Amino acid sequence: MSETKSKFGAPSKVPAWVNLGLIPLINLLAAFLISGIVILIVGDNPLKALEVLIYGAFGYPEAIGYTLYYTTNFIFTGLAVAIAFHCGLFNIGAEGQAFIGGLGVGIAALYFDFLPMWAVIPLAVMSGAIFGAGWAYVPAYLQAKRGSHIVITTIMFNFIAFSVMNYLLVEVMINPDAGGSPETREFAEHIWLAHAPDFTGMADSPLNFSFIFALLLSGAFYYFLWHTRWGYEIRVVGQNETAAKYAGISPSKNIILAMVISGGLAGFVAVNELLGVHHRVLMDFTGGYGFVGIAVALMGRNHPVGIFMAALLFGAIYQGGTELSFEMTSINKEMVIVIQGLIILFSGALENMFRPKIENLFKKRQSLSQTEA
Amino acid sequence: MEIFELTILMLDATFRVATPLILAALAGMYSERAGIVDIGLEGKMLGAAFAAAAVATVTGSAWLGLLAGIAASLALSSLHAYACVTHKGNQVVSGMAINIVVAGLTPTLGFAWFKLGGRTPALTGDERFSGITLPFADALSNVPIFGYIYAELISGHNIIVYMAAAAVPIFAYILYRTRFGLRVRAVGENPHAVDTAGISVEIMRYKALAVTGFLCGIAGSYLSTAHGAGFIRDMTAGKGYLALAALIFGKWKPVPTMFACLLFAFTDAVQVRLQGVDLPIIGVIPVQFIQALPYILTVLLLAGFVGKANPPKAIGEPYIKEK
Repeated sequence: MSETKSKFGAPSKVPAWVNLGLIPLINLLAAFLISGIVILIVGDNPLKALEVLIYGAFGYPEAIGYTLYYTTNFIFTGLAVAIAFHCGLFNIGAEGQAFIGGLGVGIAALYFDFLPMWAVIPLAVMSGAIFGAGWAYVPAYLQAKRGSHIVITTIMFNFIAFSVMNYLLVEVMINPDAGGSPETREFAEHIWLAHAPDFTGMADSPLNFSFIFALLLSGAFYYFLWHTRWGYEIRVVGQNETAAKYAGISPSKNIILAMVISGGLAGFVAVNELLGVHHRVLMDFTGGYGFVGIAVALMGRNHPVGIFMAALLFGAIYQGGTELSFEMTSINKEMVIVIQGLIILFSGALENMFRPKIENLFKKRQSLSQTEA
Repeated sequence: MEIFELTILMLDATFRVATPLILAALAGMYSERAGIVDIGLEGKMLGAAFAAAAVATVTGSAWLGLLAGIAASLALSSLHAYACVTHKGNQVVSGMAINIVVAGLTPTLGFAWFKLGGRTPALTGDERFSGITLPFADALSNVPIFGYIYAELISGHNIIVYMAAAAVPIFAYILYRTRFGLRVRAVGENPHAVDTAGISVEIMRYKALAVTGFLCGIAGSYLSTAHGAGFIRDMTAGKGYLALAALIFGKWKPVPTMFACLLFAFTDAVQVRLQGVDLPIIGVIPVQFIQALPYILTVLLLAGFVGKANPPKAIGEPYIKEK
């Protein structure tokens, strides 16, 4: 019973390369197979599509820049969803938290731009994290203290975030010179994050300093979760709330802590998008990154290295898929969403479809070699 | 008299908006009362809306479209059951995956088949469900108040609106007064007891999800072939989540859920009317606030500030038979 009920990221009895390499790969192949069938149905050649996708994602420096820029967003949201998973929580609200994070970034960048660069950029980054964390705090508090189911409350908070931002951008922060589109004025130029330097060939892509920041955060994430007492407590609560209580660890405190960190990480999407690329606050800059973060965390098994690789995969699919819609006549840009959804389906919802068979295969082999020895 | 007419017009709009919400919320009720979280109502509706519009435009029959919509939604709910019941996958992830796949697949297929940038061709005539004038509606329309209510508010809707109205008592009856309904509720509250009684929990959950698929199919078809005239991408626009909120707001019970749907639909009708209107004392109410109101109310309810919502006990837990 305990085997089948094991939660995300629980230790398994098969070799690590099977658990972290083979099983995700098979799930991925299944998702690509179905995507290929969809491409056949719409009347194109799936192999050609795959070729275009890979070339579009990695074929030339600018493409790599775009891929890494998307990867940055997915690292942020993947880490955000992962830390909640480690505490046994499902944060569907990364989308809304990122959106509200944008408000934090925007307020700092618009109203404190008299400060020099070295002060205002950290301020904007902090402010984005604080706003995202604040938006996650309410559902976290309600889950911890009042037992309101966090999946439902975070879904509701996504819609509320949309309404709040829509109101603020249409009625309060709108730039009257933008021709009526709900967006703020442009940030002062010294707040723009540096893009990739010229020699990399990616200077024209939206890749910016946020990518480095995301990598540093991944390292910090690892250290925090596996080498600090706080991280340990979060994981204990996620594994077994009753055991945590007996060990003197407060579940409600850790639920709130994990969600606040989660919201803060999601808020960094706004740093990449707003400080790095758009240089203003606008509607829908979150573009579904929060939802895809769920897939990234699932595929990456909630570990920063896995999350980086999954984020790179989704970044490549985003960028390559955009190229696909330009190159191939019967494929439009929504094909990318199909592939994403299928990956979530196979590596998340249907993760138990292939897993027991593969695990059995390796268990048998292990017991065989043990009896031989 | 003017206020009376305005009220009738707003209630009329409320009914039209509430129809898909009521059907989808009833759908979600069967799934959740059987212990399966369903955040995939949105995806099932969207899939049904596309299938209904596509088949209606090809065959010229709205009824065939409706059948196709139901079939598409049933296929998606079976997929949900396959992932959550057979493979004991995470129910939230499965619902999410279905929503995302459908959000991508419908415009992809629409783009390839109809070459209209993801839309389906506009439906006309028999390709969509049009309003039905109930008997004597014209004759009675001159009778003050009651005749007017009958002619304007009760009569003149399309058949799916009446279906939704009939669905509430029918599906409430099935859930509370039949053996099937009792078993559905039992697998959501205490699957072990059902298992002990010799009934398969898995088969019951598959059946409950089939009801979910059926009702979501009608809800989705309504959007593209009755309320609208053709499929546009993301045409559900969060209605599946709103129905889920209504289901929770109605505490997973049929009649309160129906009233929650009517309330949420009414806020929508009010919001359209109130756009930019300067009210005495309150001033202009931001449209966005009214849009967010259903979600805010649901959070308040979940937090226990407005009554208490008790979800089915076994919800979200895959049932694992003891050996």
